[in-house]
Amino acid sequence: MKSLGSIRRSFAPWADPASKPFISVKNVTKKFGDFTAVDDLSLNIYTREFFALLGASGCGKSTLLRMLAGFEQPTSGEIILDGQSLAGIPPYRRPVNMMFQSYALFPHMTVETNIAFGLKQDGMPKADIAERVGQMLKLVKLEKFAKRKPHQLSGGQRQRVALARSLAKRPKVLLLDEPLGALDKKLREETQFELMDLQQELGLTFVVVTHDQEEAMTMADRIAVMSHGKVVQVATPAEIYEAPNSRFVADFIGDVNIFDGAVSAAENGYLRIETGDGFPIRMASPEKPAVGAKAAVAIRPEKIRVTRQPPAHAPVNAVEGEIWDIGYLGDMTVFHIRLKDGRVVKASSLNAVRAVEDPFGYDQQVWISFGEDAGVVLKD
Amino acid sequence: MGNWSRFNIASIVLGFGFLYLPIVLLVIFSFNESKLVTVWAGFSTKWYAQLWHNQALLDAAWVTIRVALISATCATVLGTLAALALVRYTRFRGRMLFSGMVYAPLVMPEVITGLSLLLLFVAIGLDRGFWTITLAHITFTMCFVAVVVQSRLLSFDQSIEEAALDLGATPVRTFFAITLPVIAPAVFSGWVLAFTLSLDDLVISSFTTGPGATTLPMKIYSQVRLGVTPEINAICTILIGIVAIGVIVASVVTKQREAQRERDERAAFAQ
Ligand SMILES: Nc1ncnc2c1ncn2[C@@H]1O[C@H](COP(=O)(O)OP(=O)(O)OP(=O)(O)O)[C@@H](O)[C@H]1O
Ligand SMILES: [Mg+2]
Repeated sequence: MKSLGSIRRSFAPWADPASKPFISVKNVTKKFGDFTAVDDLSLNIYTREFFALLGASGCGKSTLLRMLAGFEQPTSGEIILDGQSLAGIPPYRRPVNMMFQSYALFPHMTVETNIAFGLKQDGMPKADIAERVGQMLKLVKLEKFAKRKPHQLSGGQRQRVALARSLAKRPKVLLLDEPLGALDKKLREETQFELMDLQQELGLTFVVVTHDQEEAMTMADRIAVMSHGKVVQVATPAEIYEAPNSRFVADFIGDVNIFDGAVSAAENGYLRIETGDGFPIRMASPEKPAVGAKAAVAIRPEKIRVTRQPPAHAPVNAVEGEIWDIGYLGDMTVFHIRLKDGRVVKASSLNAVRAVEDPFGYDQQVWISFGEDAGVVLKD
Repeated sequence: MGNWSRFNIASIVLGFGFLYLPIVLLVIFSFNESKLVTVWAGFSTKWYAQLWHNQALLDAAWVTIRVALISATCATVLGTLAALALVRYTRFRGRMLFSGMVYAPLVMPEVITGLSLLLLFVAIGLDRGFWTITLAHITFTMCFVAVVVQSRLLSFDQSIEEAALDLGATPVRTFFAITLPVIAPAVFSGWVLAFTLSLDDLVISSFTTGPGATTLPMKIYSQVRLGVTPEINAICTILIGIVAIGVIVASVVTKQREAQRERDERAAFAQ
């Protein structure tokens, strides 16, 4: 497999003010009767980007995708694709293809004719169709299954046919609605990397819907976190994880400890926050809220250290507690530590060596502590 | 079905006897040598042979078959479209009224359907005959087709139509390339149903007929008033045969497709 890392690192058209978005969603609202499924949503997606829409069930991801494909019309707002408004253009004239959540294979056609369907609609010569279908079958490793009908395939094979069919026309944009939803964990992880390779190889723009955050983090260049029809944050996976812009995003992606408190001092890019859990926090922050303003600090479990002795900077960014629960996951261990006021803090540590000489035990008194840039200050 | 108790056997015999005894008698007596319908005088197929010389009866049969073919085909087209409209456009105004109107003929007394159609044809000055019968049959069989097709459409996964549109097929192409092939067995069953209903209709045909257009049931009915002949028994036996074959074919087609599907699925999981 090629190394994606080097290509990906230099790929950031969204940071370049000169680059033009390929898909532009402008203030789009979609209402079903009184219910607002998508609420004044704006997004830019760039050529060759792998873009993920992430959110809880019912937050409007599929609805947004269906508006891109042309199955739903926005109640208000506009979608621009490659400089052209999509308003009034029916699905069969849009240069986008979609891979459906349910695969939607044609039950009365073989794998081959399923894949050829879109090409036939374009009036492609027979020989070319046969060649392209052959390529697609090879791509998804289904050469042996060309003559089968969909109900003669396993779930994973069907998913590959759906993918091949949506890729056959080489669309400018491929929309994928929960493409890996029906696969088991191992196949899912394999396919994630296959999809990424494919997208790089063919140079396509992918918009993928998922409610699996790990999947979004693995595959996407950027992630849009959605909630109740709105986009809460659009950023790279690392930014979303390390610098969530709100309590919702911090809570939605991964595990997090949130300490609520009030700002007591602000100087040199650092804030001092008196928390309700009985210890002060000093945290780096570009913002400068007024003294007395409410603030919350979000800290990921892996950034919290667990020690027997208090650190030098105690009591700032450090507090005593008791080990309440230990979860051994193999690659790492998760500690639940109970503070004096009863609140439980999650900390995790990598098991870098096979056997620790003197491991932590239940009910042990310990200190938890973290650095001055370990967390992020949330405004709300 | 484990225990064949006497009660079970008795109820089955009684039920089937009640349903089929008259028909069985009719079939048996169609092979009777004697001209007297109620006296058995040995086996013979002469009445079937005689049918071929009864020009009036043959004409009536020919009219009936033409009416049934044309009306079943038109009713299938219209009924399928009505079913599509009812299932797909769930939010149009007056949908309840429309669906009620499509299904009303199912429970409407045939006399009323026939009479109202007759009044309509008279009012618009249509010459009564072959085409008025055909039109009337389209009207009353269409709702049966609609019911059959609608029940299939309710379990139809609409995302495959969206997939076709997405791949560049126009709505019309999508209908013919995707929707129709998938619902074809139901459409075919609807056609067979409409065909058999049209074949043995008497009441509505009688109301809407005109000079020169006599269907087989009408012919049989008028002859029976002069006395039942073995010839009538013979033609009825043939009719029963056609209808039975139609019903059996329709159900076998459906069954076989299901069985095939199950086999295929088992094969897919076995690998
Ligand atoms: N045709 C429709 N009519 C009425 N309400 C709809 C329709 N389609 C979607 N909705 C509603 O809009 C909301 C968003 O639906 P959508 O399918 O976009 O969710 P989603 O984010 O894709 O969820 P999931 O992860 O479960 O697929 C839901 O509350 C849904 O009930
Ligand atoms: Mg969805």
